[in-house]
Amino acid sequence: MATITPLLGNDAGAISESKEAALAALESLHSIRSFEEAVDGLFARGMMHGTMHLSIGQEAVATGVCAALKESDFITSTHRGHSHCIAKGADLTRMMAELLAKQTGYCRGRGGSMHIADAKTGNLGANGIVAGGIPIATGAALAQKMKGLDNVVVSFFGDGATNEGAFHEALNLAAVWQLPVIFVCENNKYGMSNSTEFSMNIGHIAERGAAYGIPAVTVDGNDIDAVYLAAKEAVDRARQGGGPTLIEAETYRHKGHSKSDKNLYRTKEEIEDWKLRDPIGKFEHLCMEKNLLTKEEVDQVNAKVRETIREAIRSASEAPDSSPDELISSVFRVA
Amino acid sequence: MSQRVITYAEAVREAIGQAMEADPSVFMLGEDIGIYGGAFGVSGDLIQRFGPERIRDTPISELGIVGAAVGAALVGMKPIVEIQFSDFTAQAMDQIVNQAAKIHFMLGGELSVPMVLRAPTGSGTGAAAQHSQSLESWFAHVPGLKVVMPSSPYEVKGLLLSAIDDPNPVIVLEHKLLYKTSGEVPEEMYRIPIGVSNLVREGKDLVMVATGIMVSRCLEAAQELSAIGIDVSVVDVRSLTPLDMGPIEDQIRKTGRVMLVQEAPKHVGYMAEIAARISEGPAIYSLLEPIKRVCGMDVPIPYAPQLEKAVVPQLPGIISAAQELLRGV
Repeated sequence: MATITPLLGNDAGAISESKEAALAALESLHSIRSFEEAVDGLFARGMMHGTMHLSIGQEAVATGVCAALKESDFITSTHRGHSHCIAKGADLTRMMAELLAKQTGYCRGRGGSMHIADAKTGNLGANGIVAGGIPIATGAALAQKMKGLDNVVVSFFGDGATNEGAFHEALNLAAVWQLPVIFVCENNKYGMSNSTEFSMNIGHIAERGAAYGIPAVTVDGNDIDAVYLAAKEAVDRARQGGGPTLIEAETYRHKGHSKSDKNLYRTKEEIEDWKLRDPIGKFEHLCMEKNLLTKEEVDQVNAKVRETIREAIRSASEAPDSSPDELISSVFRVA
Repeated sequence: MSQRVITYAEAVREAIGQAMEADPSVFMLGEDIGIYGGAFGVSGDLIQRFGPERIRDTPISELGIVGAAVGAALVGMKPIVEIQFSDFTAQAMDQIVNQAAKIHFMLGGELSVPMVLRAPTGSGTGAAAQHSQSLESWFAHVPGLKVVMPSSPYEVKGLLLSAIDDPNPVIVLEHKLLYKTSGEVPEEMYRIPIGVSNLVREGKDLVMVATGIMVSRCLEAAQELSAIGIDVSVVDVRSLTPLDMGPIEDQIRKTGRVMLVQEAPKHVGYMAEIAARISEGPAIYSLLEPIKRVCGMDVPIPYAPQLEKAVVPQLPGIISAAQELLRGV
């Protein structure tokens, strides 16, 4: 089992104000980056099949938001969901095993990259349908309210999802029922090949919150402190019965939409420009500038994470392939 | 001692009320199920008994409602969704087909969706093409959904209580013409297992296999046919997924003739599956005549009463189809 200890339940102000929080956040950020670089490599070498959607460049959103959550809080995730899984504490070996089509994977090889869920860490599932998880998060939040629990639910989704009916129906229900759910839009500027300028006639997705009478805010999604502080405010409000919030985190995916993407719809200059604003480099620089972490400490985290990922690949590769024997018996749960 | 007689709608309400009393995680959500009492009066006074938290009236938002039910079910609640007309499930199909049906399998088996989705179905109220369809084969075609079509007040209470107990998503299709029909229904909670077909009448000349409202229509036909010496078996399929072919094959072996009766359009309808199963198994060797399907016409349900009646199987059509099958006997 290769796990990291993600930063959850931070309550010490901005992440860059506490050494402990900064180290934990850095571990999450690097784990997401290294995991995805590793699977990108495995795919290139023909050792992984299907397709996958990488969130390289967007790591600060999942990490910053989960830093504001407790273990008992829930999330719903997307097709581009590795970052959410890892930031909420998933076992990297089981994730890797799933992508390698192994019996020990989170979905026993039945789901793959787009369908990882982990009940233990409150991850109600990645989703292959754009906006599919948003109404589900709303329902999970309804259940928390009906049971009288103070857990909250975060729904992660992309900019493209906000043009789907499911987004609008879910926000409306959450608003009229004042549910403890935080809608986190990772605006990475593109829904596959279509830019947000092409897809919507508004400047900021956060403007859509007004249509449902809920608080909404736009933050720099590559600034983990900004993401965390916005999430913390929304989570605290939801936990206290103040209802839902829409957070738009502006970010960018360095890689293509999926494995078939030739990047014909954007320029190399644009991609390079965003790489200069890389959330991990930015955070490391800040921590060193504030003398919170030394270069050695940053390098140590990086090295530790890389070894963890290597170990995840090693143990996942040794696991048995997923088996067709139990397919029919797995369609329904037996009471 | 004669049993208590109540309507189909009352039987549904009683099942929901008893399940809610027994288990605090059971709740209902849907459009106009609160003070209005439900479009077909099914929820009735449940709002007074259980309050607006658990009899949760919703905005007109089928996708949102079903999605909320899926999410609540994932974290331990047992939602019962009422979709006002089964036609409106089209608005919620992503949550039913891509989410509810697949989550348990696709996500590896840890999570499941113990959700019940009830919907009034079928024609006969003059509501035309978007409020009258029989869409059961849509749902039955999707692995991961259980589908039942309760045919009487007794059936609906027992099947609904099993559906609520079931840890999987169950679609309960209630024919809207049945809501006001009455029958004997025990007061206590009882369950009819999902996945067991029901032989409701035993005869020796022919077996009619039917779903939903066609079960009572076939029973009426059987009654009339017995007056002219034709002795008919009737099997209520009851549970479309999972399907139990046992009583159907038994009656074919016994009678040698089978009629498959559904309200839905014939083309790629549920009865095509039953016909295929008969053809694949040993029962086919007992058939003296080809399988006969009596189904709805392959048209949208029209408005005018004479047109609406013309497009779905009625009593005279079922009787004459049976007589045709027995021609020369």
